[in-house]
Amino acid sequence: MSVPEGKATDLLTNYDPGLYYDELFGGRDYPAEHSALIRQRLAGLNFGDLLRRSQDAERELYNLGITFLVYSNKDAVDRILPFDIIPRVISAKEWAHLEAGITQRVTALNLFLHDIYHDQKILKDGVIPTDLVLGNGCFRPQMVGLDVPFDTYIHIMGTDLVRDREGTFRVLEDNGRVPSGVSYVVENRHMMQRVFPDLMQDIGIRPVDNYGHKLLDAMMEIAPQDVADPQVVLLSPGSYNSAYFEHIFLAREMGVPLVEGRDLVVENDRVYMKTTNGLARVDSIYRRIDDAFIDPKAFNPDSMLGVPGLLEAYRKGNVALANAIGTGVADDKAIYCYVPRMIKYYLDQEAIIPNVDTRICREADALRYTLDNLDKLVVKPVGEAGGYGITIGPRASKEELADCRAKLLADPSNYISQPVVDLSVCPTVTDDGIDPRHVDLRPFAITGKNTWVLPGGLTRVALKKGTLIVNSSQGGGSKDTWVLQDGAQEGSAS
Amino acid sequence: MNLLARYAECIFWMARYMERAENLARILDVHETFARDTRGMTNWFSIVQLNADEKDFFSRHDRPTAEAVVHYYMFDTQHTNSLVSMLRMARENARVLRPWISTEMWTQINVFHNKLVEMNGKDVALSNLSKVCTWIKEECQTHTGITEGTFYRDQGWYFYQLGKYIERADQTTRLLDIKYHTLLPSPVVVGSTLDMSQWTTVLRSAAGYHAFRRVYPRGMSPTTVAGFMMFNEGFPRSVVMCVRQIDGLLTRLKSRYTLRNGSDAMEKVDELLGALLARPIEEVIQLGLHEYLDGVQAQLCGITTEIGRAFFGQDTVTMTQSQSQ
Repeated sequence: MSVPEGKATDLLTNYDPGLYYDELFGGRDYPAEHSALIRQRLAGLNFGDLLRRSQDAERELYNLGITFLVYSNKDAVDRILPFDIIPRVISAKEWAHLEAGITQRVTALNLFLHDIYHDQKILKDGVIPTDLVLGNGCFRPQMVGLDVPFDTYIHIMGTDLVRDREGTFRVLEDNGRVPSGVSYVVENRHMMQRVFPDLMQDIGIRPVDNYGHKLLDAMMEIAPQDVADPQVVLLSPGSYNSAYFEHIFLAREMGVPLVEGRDLVVENDRVYMKTTNGLARVDSIYRRIDDAFIDPKAFNPDSMLGVPGLLEAYRKGNVALANAIGTGVADDKAIYCYVPRMIKYYLDQEAIIPNVDTRICREADALRYTLDNLDKLVVKPVGEAGGYGITIGPRASKEELADCRAKLLADPSNYISQPVVDLSVCPTVTDDGIDPRHVDLRPFAITGKNTWVLPGGLTRVALKKGTLIVNSSQGGGSKDTWVLQDGAQEGSAS
Repeated sequence: MNLLARYAECIFWMARYMERAENLARILDVHETFARDTRGMTNWFSIVQLNADEKDFFSRHDRPTAEAVVHYYMFDTQHTNSLVSMLRMARENARVLRPWISTEMWTQINVFHNKLVEMNGKDVALSNLSKVCTWIKEECQTHTGITEGTFYRDQGWYFYQLGKYIERADQTTRLLDIKYHTLLPSPVVVGSTLDMSQWTTVLRSAAGYHAFRRVYPRGMSPTTVAGFMMFNEGFPRSVVMCVRQIDGLLTRLKSRYTLRNGSDAMEKVDELLGALLARPIEEVIQLGLHEYLDGVQAQLCGITTEIGRAFFGQDTVTMTQSQSQ
């Protein structure tokens, strides 16, 4: 099967990204060469065919159970993450830049974590306000003075990137606790290979299916050194967790058991899992449970998900945890603002990928500025995830703005503000044809001894016309992300 | 590779629920088709009796009409012994097991479950009940086939087989027991036309009619049917056949994976097999088939309990799943 060549009345003729940067066309005046062949193939498609493939893909995702759980009034419902079959394409050059930037950022954040849990030089030197770190709910005193293998704290990192109107990638958020979404990166590629092999043909796309191997390598690297053949497990909150599919996916890709807290016990500061033949030693745990729930003895005593005694076993060096405990202090929305200065401080480099210009409302000037420009800014609570509690000024009603103002005044240190970033768009299949929709990008980096970045990442797309919120819990979908190989065909069709 | 105790338990129960669903579909199907009384009415109530669901059924229904009984056993989500509930439990277990079982096994159960849930009670008029039951039975058999063809052969496979055969043995005793109850109120009426058509139904529910005919080309009596279903060494749903499988599975499981525990379960299986081989059917019937079957069911329960203690990390008997009706 092959895609017919594009014609004058083709699918992309009336496509108009407006003033936004377009991921498939590039800036308005500079149609991107690296994606020309893909555009040409897409343009030649019949819309009915495109819709049919799209429906096939979604049905298959549902049947395969590549779903997340959504809790409605009383039921837990399996939902697929809506999948758009038009890929987001990143050139080899763009990717080299992003890869370097993400590696730089992970390195700096790990240096920061090591510093604050040891000498706290960055605080003493006044680069970051001390109370912002030590007063942070995610700072874990239990980690002070503890050495972790390779000084790596954030083994798995998800960096949320957006692209502004000029086409500049910017970091919107760091996710250094238990970032999710990588399973969709790999499954989306499998799906494209099934429903759109003719679009992918001879493009030269960098593969993503070795993520599991890389993760397992890192988990083995950080295991206690005296263990010859470390037993790695993935610790999940269980099958009712909304990201359970991802836990399954990663356990399978690594070929390791997926355990829950109730499967593990700690005896004499060593961790064991309960098997059909009694207890078996566990050496390295990829945990998908937050710090607060991981050990009821050390943290939240009401946690039913954790393993009593795990922290002590970890502190004794008898078991490895990824990510380390206490990383939340580094990916906090308030700390985020200081990451460029952190990079300068530890690495003496400028940030390769800049931040979005951010104000910390705990500072009087910033609060005043935010209150004065409320209708132009995005206000985010620092503690929330998943796009909840965000007020987008230009789109908010008078009531919503008043409400936001009241919250800001009541608890300013809980908020940051940012200008509205005009997220880039990407051609997306809608009921009306191919239309631009806003996208972001979450690449994933794995760090054991060294850092490796999965080529591409999760492209989330805001499927509702005009909306900027891409979170799956708020009606977002995803796309396959193609990083082109260096020297891959760029230009016209062969 | 180590097998998590919890996984072993889920595998065991996934197999049991799928087996149980297949049996129920068989029973509903043959009832619709063959189990009519002298006035041509289907005796739906006997299905309620067979599953010992009288109390629960009458708490929500006044009369055991065909519609009420069919709905109760197919779509009633509050009823743990309905097909939809069994499939939900099988799927919940499969969902937990997704890192362990093949993608094809999971996908088939997932799609099967979703289709059943989407099916409205109205779609299953009595006129096409048989068609739907056949579909369910075939989906269960597809599951069996996919499992045979894709499930990696390690410890998990043994727990799967153990669950399947324990459930199957249990289902066969239940089927016999209820028929014995309803069909043999007194030995006097044995041999009537009605009686024999009912026994044919029993055989057909277990897909044993033709096999039975091969062994007993002439004549059919409650004794020969019961004997066939209990003790036949070649019939895949006979109790003896199932218990022999359980025996072999436990032995191989224990030796191949050098598992420390499980001796108590093996002893219980030996005990049951010994009891089954001790008496011919005539003697069993004379002493009371119902009491005998009750005993077999209790022994199967006992084996499940011992398997739980030995391999699922259950020190005390705290089954989370409903073990039997």
